Amino acid sequence: MKGALTTVPIYKEWDIVGARQSGRNMAKDLGFSTVDQARIATAISELARNIYLYAGQGEVSFEEVQGDTPVGLKIIAKDNGPGIDQISKVLEDGYSTSGGLGAGLPGVKRLMDDFDIVSNENGTTVTVVMWLR
Amino acid sequence: MSSTRQNINNYKELLEQYINTMDEASLYQAEQYSKASIQHNVSPDKIIEEHYKALVELFPNLDERVKASFQFLIQTMISYSVNYQQTEELREKQLELKTEIDVAANMQNTLLSTDVPKVENIDIGAKSVPAKLMNGDYYHFVQDDEGNIGTAIADVIGKGIPAAFFMSMIKYAMESFPEDRMYPKIILELLNRVVERNVESGMFVTMFYGLYDINKHEFYYATAGHEPGFIYRSQIQAFEEIDAKGLLLGVKKDTKYNQYVTHIQQGDMIVLLTDGVTECRSGDRFIEREEVLEVIDQYKEQSAQNIVDNVYKYLERLQDFKLRDDFTLLILKRNS
Ligand SMILES: Nc1ncnc2c1ncn2[C@@H]1O[C@H](COP(=O)(O)OP(=O)(O)OP(=O)(O)O)[C@@H](O)[C@H]1O
Ligand SMILES: [Mg+2]
Repeated sequence: MKGALTTVPIYKEWDIVGARQSGRNMAKDLGFSTVDQARIATAISELARNIYLYAGQGEVSFEEVQGDTPVGLKIIAKDNGPGIDQISKVLEDGYSTSGGLGAGLPGVKRLMDDFDIVSNENGTTVTVVMWLR
Repeated sequence: MSSTRQNINNYKELLEQYINTMDEASLYQAEQYSKASIQHNVSPDKIIEEHYKALVELFPNLDERVKASFQFLIQTMISYSVNYQQTEELREKQLELKTEIDVAANMQNTLLSTDVPKVENIDIGAKSVPAKLMNGDYYHFVQDDEGNIGTAIADVIGKGIPAAFFMSMIKYAMESFPEDRMYPKIILELLNRVVERNVESGMFVTMFYGLYDINKHEFYYATAGHEPGFIYRSQIQAFEEIDAKGLLLGVKKDTKYNQYVTHIQQGDMIVLLTDGVTECRSGDRFIEREEVLEVIDQYKEQSAQNIVDNVYKYLERLQDFKLRDDFTLLILKRNS
């Protein structure tokens, strides 16, 4: 399990469920509480849904990471879609197309400990980590 | 999935499905249910009530103590919801205001917009992004009949809406000047008078003005206390700070400005910026000017627009996607 990398391709809406499942399993194995598992699953949903909606296809990978002392779960959502034009704008609450109703990317940022986006016209990669407390 | 989609409206069925299968799909649908609930203004206590009702129907013999615990939770969530709704109303009002300021910001963009000149030998890139909604930075390009390029980059000391209005004034003052070959020194002296006359507004402006002679490739410039820019010298493959001095606009009546000139060689690059580029912070670490130059250096073979876009992206990410100050970066690159 240690250092293992699991990748779930996202093509259809159902794959979002698969990604949640893989992420949850890994979180459980790493010892995250059920509530943290639910937080992680929610973040995965948002990221995978964005891939499905805006890029058409992509993948979500999971990786165990080792910090200074704690262990963390790293989630990488990657696609070759059109990219996000103004990341700082998108990360403001109330920007999302659903009118700030969903959790969206600001929600993901709030749910997880570390958050990073790299995006250009060749695609988007969102990397998030939750550390085991 | 389409058949289960309808279930989203039925909390009880969803819950039953989950209890029987413990599957991830039900949880995903729960998430969709919650999104739909927010859209229909369903408060959290209503969802818990729904849960309680479903539970009692599914398990008629539910322990009375568990039932009591739900009454307790519902009571807690009712007061939570009331408070939450108040916050929500405030948030809506805030969004309304934001929309209004957005309109103003768009108008500012239109008013202050400037075309980047297309010149054969010189590749120009420009990027200006406000930290908040309105931009207190400003840049401007003009071309005279011979094609020489005048460029201004400015920063109002003071932020927000007043600063933005003040910038519009500067722009219109600049546009009222005659079109032919205006030297930087003259422009700053004229503008200083405009700003000084409005001194009661309490605003000061820093500005760098440059004039690029496209035939002789001489770059004339003067500064009014503006953040020094750089020239990349291709011959030594290094950046040189543009050395110039001058008082901010609006500080003193009849200020005289020094004018400087430098020759631009093939492959050289003029870098003009505001302090939002060089004084940004990442956590508690200030970003050094060197670091910005390293990024420019890394992309120097690309088009001027690509360079400024990439520097912006780099700094945006470094600051965790929250700009602390308005960002403006101009690059003029002599290609041949
Ligand atoms: N992977 C992606 N590729 C391209 N654009 C994206 C991607 N992810 C997000 N975006 C853009 O960023 C915007 C904000 O995304 P975010 O998830 O925060 O909100 P949303 O999807 O609009 O609404 P919701 O609240 O339902 O998630 C989207 O509207 C979309 O334009
Ligand atoms: Mg989304």
